[in-house]
Formats: sequence, C-alpha cells, structure tokens
Amino acid sequence: MNKPLLSVENLRIEFPTRRGTLVAVDDISFTIDPGEILGVVGESGAGKSLTGQSIIGLLEPPGRIASGSIKLNDRRLDNLPYAQMKKIRGKEIGMIFQDPLTSLNPLYTIGRQLTETIQTHTDMTGKQAKKHAISLLEEVGIPAAAKRIDHYPYQFSGGMRQRVVIALALCVNPKLIIADEPTTALDVSIQAQIITLLKKLCADHGTAVILITHDMGVIAETADRVAVMYAGRLVEIGKVRQVVKEATHPYTKGLMSAIPSLTHRMEELTQIDGTMPRLSDIPKGCSFHPRCPECMDVCKEKQPELIDIGPTQVACWSYHDRQI
Amino acid sequence: MLAFIIRRLLQSMIVMFFVAMVAFLMFNYVGDPVHQMVGIDTSFKDREVLRESLGLNDPVPLQFVRFITNAAKFEFGISYQHKRSVTGLFKERLPATLELSFVAAFLSLVVGVPMGVYAGIKPDGWLSKIFMTFSLVGVSLPTFLIGILLIYIFAVTLGWLPSYGRGDVVNWGWWSTGITTWSGLKALIMPAITLGLFQLTLIMRLVRSEMLEVLRTDYIKFARARGLSDRAIYFGHALKNTLVPVITITGLQIGSIIAFAIITETVFQWPGMGLLFLQAIHNVDIPIMAAYLMLVAFFFVVINLIVDILYYVVDPRLRLDLGKANGA
Amino acid sequence: MKKSSQSMLDTNKTNRFIGALKRFFDGDIFYSYRRSPVTIIASILTILILVSAVGAPLIAPQNPFDMGSLDLMDSHIPPAWEEGGDDRFLLGTDDQGRDLLSTILYGSRISLLVGFSSVVFALILGVGLGLLSGYVGGTLDAVIMRIAEVQISFPAILIALLVDGVLRTMIPEADTEHLAISVLIFSIGISGWVQYARTVRSSTMVEKNKEYVLAARVIGIRPGLIMLRHILPNVMGPVLVIGTIHLAVAIVTEATLSFLGVGVPVTQPSLGTLIRIGNDFLFSGEWWITIFPAITLAVLVLSVNLLGDWLRDALNPKLR
Repeated sequence: MNKPLLSVENLRIEFPTRRGTLVAVDDISFTIDPGEILGVVGESGAGKSLTGQSIIGLLEPPGRIASGSIKLNDRRLDNLPYAQMKKIRGKEIGMIFQDPLTSLNPLYTIGRQLTETIQTHTDMTGKQAKKHAISLLEEVGIPAAAKRIDHYPYQFSGGMRQRVVIALALCVNPKLIIADEPTTALDVSIQAQIITLLKKLCADHGTAVILITHDMGVIAETADRVAVMYAGRLVEIGKVRQVVKEATHPYTKGLMSAIPSLTHRMEELTQIDGTMPRLSDIPKGCSFHPRCPECMDVCKEKQPELIDIGPTQVACWSYHDRQI
Repeated sequence: MLAFIIRRLLQSMIVMFFVAMVAFLMFNYVGDPVHQMVGIDTSFKDREVLRESLGLNDPVPLQFVRFITNAAKFEFGISYQHKRSVTGLFKERLPATLELSFVAAFLSLVVGVPMGVYAGIKPDGWLSKIFMTFSLVGVSLPTFLIGILLIYIFAVTLGWLPSYGRGDVVNWGWWSTGITTWSGLKALIMPAITLGLFQLTLIMRLVRSEMLEVLRTDYIKFARARGLSDRAIYFGHALKNTLVPVITITGLQIGSIIAFAIITETVFQWPGMGLLFLQAIHNVDIPIMAAYLMLVAFFFVVINLIVDILYYVVDPRLRLDLGKANGA
Repeated sequence: MKKSSQSMLDTNKTNRFIGALKRFFDGDIFYSYRRSPVTIIASILTILILVSAVGAPLIAPQNPFDMGSLDLMDSHIPPAWEEGGDDRFLLGTDDQGRDLLSTILYGSRISLLVGFSSVVFALILGVGLGLLSGYVGGTLDAVIMRIAEVQISFPAILIALLVDGVLRTMIPEADTEHLAISVLIFSIGISGWVQYARTVRSSTMVEKNKEYVLAARVIGIRPGLIMLRHILPNVMGPVLVIGTIHLAVAIVTEATLSFLGVGVPVTQPSLGTLIRIGNDFLFSGEWWITIFPAITLAVLVLSVNLLGDWLRDALNPKLR
C-alpha cells in the first residue's frame, strides 16, 4: 500500500471565548494518498473549513490547534515555524476559496498575480514566468490567454475568475489542493464545468485534492473517498461508491436520501429533522443523538469512537459489534 | 476620463459659486462698506459719492456679477484696516502659509502612513499600542495646546527654538521662503509639528483601520495561501487596496491643514494668511475675510480635483465604470 | 379588579425593567466596558469633571466672578506646593488674584455648557434634516444634501470661526456680552450638523422600505409620527456614537475659538479663555496659569474621546 501524502491525526481545534472554550473540530483523523480526491461534507459549522485552514496553517486567531498532528510526507506541519510554513503554502499545498469574486486582488492584473506567485516559488525570470502563466491560463480554459493576461479581475465573469483562481492554486504544481467550497458561489450551470476542470487538472498533474463542500452530489461525482463531518467530529469515512450505495451512519443516510436523483425516482426527498447543535451546547454522548432516528440509550451517554467496520469507518453505537 | 474631469470641474464650480455668494452677502450686508472706509468727519454727500463710485447703488445682481468677475481676477478691493490692496496683502502672506502647510502635510504623511501600516499589521504589538495611545492623545489635544506646550518646553524652558515668527527669509521674486536659511528652518520646526500632529494621528488611525479591514479580505487570505512573502502581501497587496480611502481622507485633511493654519499661525505669530484672517475677523475687515474665504475654497476645490484624479490612477475598476458611463 | 390588574402591570413593568437591566449587565456592551480599564477610568474622569463643573458654586473655594472677593495683592501666586505658594490657593492665582482652581471649575462649566448645547443643537438640526431628507426624498433631499456637500468640504472649525465672526459683527455692541455664548453655540452647532444628517439619511432610506414602516403607512399613521416614533429609534445607535465624539470636537472647537479671542466673553471665561490669558504669562515663568486649565481641557477631551471610541466599538462589533 502507498504511503499517504497527508495524514491528520487526532486533530482538535479550539476557540477560546469569553464564555469558555469552544471545540470546533474534535479529535479527527484521516489520511489522503497522492493523487486522491477526498471529499469532506457536512453542514455549515461542522468544522470542514477549519480543518482545511489548519492543514495549510491559515487558521484565524483566536482559533488554534489544541492537539493532534498534521503530517505531509511525514513532515509535521502543525508546529512548523511561520517562515517555513510559508514555503509550503502555494508550493506544496495550494488552496482554492469559495468566492472567486473576492479571491483576486482587484487592483492587479491576473498576469501580475500569477507571475508573482510563480516567481515566489521558482527561479524563473519575469519572461519565463509570464510564459508559464499564459500556458496555465490556456490549460484552465481561458480563451485568448495571451491577451487576457493583462486584464483585471473585474473584467472576467465569475466562472472565468474561478478558473484563474485554479490556475493560481496550481501554478507551481503543489502535491495537494484544498478546495473550500469551490463552486458554491457560482451559477449552477458553471459549477459542473469547474468541478470537471478541477478533476481533470488534478488527474493530469497527479495532485491530491481535499474537496470541501456541503453538496453531496458534487462529491458523489468527483471524489474517491468521502469524509462526513458533524458538529466538529468525523462520523463516517469511506469509499464514495460504498457510502453512496450503502451509508452506515444515520446522519450520512439522511444526507444521501436528501440527494435528488434522476435515475431512480424516489417518492419524496427526505430531510433530517432539527438543526446541528451550536458549538456552545453540543449534547452529551453522540452529538447527533437528538436528531437520530435510531437513537439508543447508550448514544445519550457515551460518545462513539470512529471504528473500522470493513467497507467504511463509522462512529456510531449501532455498528459497535461489527468492529473488525 | 475627460468627461469625468469636466463633471468634477462643474461640481467644483458649484461649490465656488456657493462660497462666492456667501462672500458677496458678507461684503454687502455685514456692516456698511462705506462706513468702514471713511472717517467720522466725512460728510453725507461725500459718502454718497463714494457709494456711487463703488457701485453700491447698482442692482444687486449686477453687483454680484461684478463681484464674481473681480473675484476671478482675485481683486477684493482695499482692506479697511490696512488701507492696502487685499491682493497685495495676500501675495505677501501666501508663501508663509503654503510653506508651513506643505511641510506639515509632508510630515504627517511620511510619519503617519508607516505608523498606520505597522499598527495594522501588528495590532497587538506593544509598539502599536504605544502608537495608538499617542494617536489618541494627538487627536484629543487641541492644536493650540500642542503649540503652547511645545513653546513652553523648547522655547521657554530649553531655549532651543524661537517661539514666534519665520526667522530669516529669502525672496525669490515675490515668493519668500524660510527653508534655505538656518534660522528659517529652526523657526519652521515647531509650527510644522503643531500643525501636522493632528493630521498625522488621523492618517495613522485611518491607515491602521483600513489595513485591518483589508487584511481580513479573501484576496489577502488567498495571497497567503499562495505563499507570497509578507512584504508582497502587506505592501504590494494590502497597502495598495487601502489607498483609495486614505487618499480621500488625506486630501481632505491637507485641505483642512490650510484652515488649521489659522490657529498655528496665531500661536506662533507666523506671518501667514491665517493670522491676517483672524485679525480681519477681530476688526471686521470684510474684504480680507471674503478674499480668504474664496482663496481657501479654491484650494479645497483644487485638492479635491487632484484626489479624484488619483482615484482613477489607483483603482482600475473606476476606469471601467467611467468608460461605461461615457460610452453610453 | 382594576386595581390588581394595574399593580400587575406595574410589577410586569418592574420585572421588565429588571430584565432589561440584567440583560444589559450580562450583555456584550457592559462586558466590553468591564473588560476595558481605560474606558472605566475615562468614564470616572468625565463624571468627575462633569459633577465638579455643575457643582462649581458649591465646591469652588472662591467665586472668581465676584469682584469683591478678589484682591490684587493675591495675584501671581504660584501653586501651594511651590515656593511662595499660599495654602488658600491650591493651584495658585492669576494676574487678577483669582484662585485658579475656582476659575478652572467655573471655566469647565462654561466649556461643558457650550459643548453640550452645541451638540444638542447640531443633533436636533442634523437628525431632523436627515430624517426629512431620507424619508421625503426628491428635491428637498437634493437641496439638503448639496448644502451638506458644500459644507463638508470645509473643516468644521473654519465654518464655526466664520459664522461666529460674521454674527458677532451683526449684533449690537450692547448685546455682545450676553449673546456671545448663544452665538458661539449656534456657530459650533451649525458647523457639525452634516454628519448626523448624512448618517440618519442613509439609515432612514434603508428603514423606510422595511415592512414595519410600510405597515405603519398602510394603516394611515402621519409621516411625522412615522419618522419620530418608528424610524428615529432605529437610527439612534450611530447618532449616539457621533454625538459622543462630536462632544469632544465641540469642546475643542469652543476652546480654540475662545483661545483665538472670538469665543466666550472674558467676563465668563471658559477653559480656552483661561489658557489664552495664561499664555501671556508663560514667558515670565508663571506656567501654572496656563498649564492647569490646559491639563483639565486635555483630560476632559481625552476622556470623552475614549468613551466615544469605546461606544463605537461596542455598538459595532464588526469594526473591531
């Protein structure tokens, strides 16, 4: 078996506030192999974005990594000094943000933003960097790239801007890209294009992707494996096909039945009753138990650990006897 | 671009028109100009002759047109108090005020912007806290108090710097300057600091809050995620985005420096326009008050125009919006 | 029956009041107050100066306006702890033999009076015009906003100086004495209304399209009443912040005008006047005549500014 590219172990992210410390991400562990696409799903506030930010070392204060470790090729990132982390960002780990309209500096041409990034991480001359920038723009499907390179962000549409953002994230071939809701802010018609592009480019470059989204449909189409987060915890992780076909955790089941499907008509899209608890009052035991249709007594008392049950790993008392 | 400047020019003309109207009303209705110009023993008949010769019996609109025409040539008649042409008086006083204002503005920018940038980048650093405390004191201390304190420390107690006047000045044509002589420079230090301090603190606070704002934006996060150097992030990406509001406020502040010069000039007996204006207020010398008003308004309008053009240079988005507006 | 329902209403009211108080003390505003020692000190200083200014006739050792109690023999006495000081005059005396502590107390009274009155005047004028401008719109809005634009392109202090200078020449000499303060309040007030008007106008334009205003209009409430009862309370937050910061500005403006000799009359000296008078004696080494009023003024303005800063941050957490 391959050695994982990135491994996150027992990561815990805390926010100290005036009313006590909030645990936003609680004891999550996962790995990602080179070239693999890992989807991370969950509702807003489940801790997906924070996990992504902590990997690239851009967790915003007062949020902090309280314990656990993040390793890229066996090199620990979570305690790396600022100056060294900067060399990793962009070069080894790239990031794509949600809103392409605000991700680009409005006052500089896209060419300048590309060459600047390229030159930060390589020894290319200005000319070489520009040439590389044009070829990147062509690769992400910007027509007339040689001319468009001197345009300002406001002169591009949302979809085109997200292509530029992808070019920026990929420009020095990082091994891992963290894509935080890369299509949420776009028109539905553009979303598929961008996802296809991202998938193709990463396959071409052999780049691994952490695709953070709340859209199970996107994950089902794109990812190799999926990690489901709920209230700061990982509730299920496994191969996408397996999870889509046969979800184990009640929360995942709920998510799956909420996907509209064209192939087999369902009578009705189901929804999960209730809302995710606020970080300040996560219930005792399994944090999903108040909304869980399969809730048992033990769920209200003790938190289930993530266990391997063969096809997937799941954190649910219902499967505890099936642990391998 | 041209249409934009023309539109701006028109707006400026409206402002100038308003101010001219105020100045004109002052001229005509505050006190009696004839009464101010003549002695007590002048006969009624002589007064009427003077009134007629000044055109004060003409219809008001005609007088207003004449006032504006003269104002455009910067002619405001004779000062009641100095018995000299207002134009000549201002020509004498203008260099002193402009020199003081420019040095003060330069000082406030050169010191204020870097302090603001630093305080924005490291909002929790101890130096930033010192800057912020200093700025609060600077904002709170009235200008004249700063002047008095400086005089007390550096002129009265230590005796290092002169407490009043411009020192030795050198004449270049009608322009006079103090920056080429040692005593002139020494005389300039305290007034310039007094005048510039308030603006400095304002600029610093503004740059800081804009920096804080910009550093929270997505494109800065994205720039960090791309691993750009701190220098590129702070000075390349962040600072440039703070420029638009900073230029606006700075422009307005530099305008108000000229107005605040009244106070500084009074404290330091600096022979500029502000001092002239204040004396005019005390003596109800309307021609000088009107001329000062028009001149300051003119400076303001010019500064605002420069600010608008600078926007255009800094922000490419404006070029598009304007292009669209013009193309339509 | 009726009585008991009345008393129930009362207890209800009290409970609601206690509830509001509890919420206030538990709320973010009070929390941010408690967390900021600088703000606590600033508010204590402000209250201290306020109380001693209002109570000046009661606490001041001497009435500086009572010519009978002055003795020229007592003039130019340094503070009590300096050589040649006199225990009767803690902070020394000025050139007319007035006790400096007393003149400062009376002076801050005038400064605060002018400051508060100007703010109230500017606030009423600005909020009124802003409401009208935002609610009525059209030509009225255009005219008000053009005037505001012209005015805002000049510094407030210049406007105040000019209005004050012109008005002074228009009032008869005999009335100068007792009209001077009113003229000053008017001048400072008129120089500060624009900010209120602009803020209130923009929030009014947002509020007037909200459902509750539309509903009020539908049931036929008069526009004036809608503005005052429904819109005004919703736009008061920012007005309060502007008002606090404006108070500091107004106090400084008053002091500056008085220092320039176009403010309050010498017979009713404010802190600015005291500083101007003392300035003449600075060179002869009689520093206390200037420095003590100057410190009082600086502390007062600094404290009010600090309170304004804190209030702005507390009411608008986004800006932090």
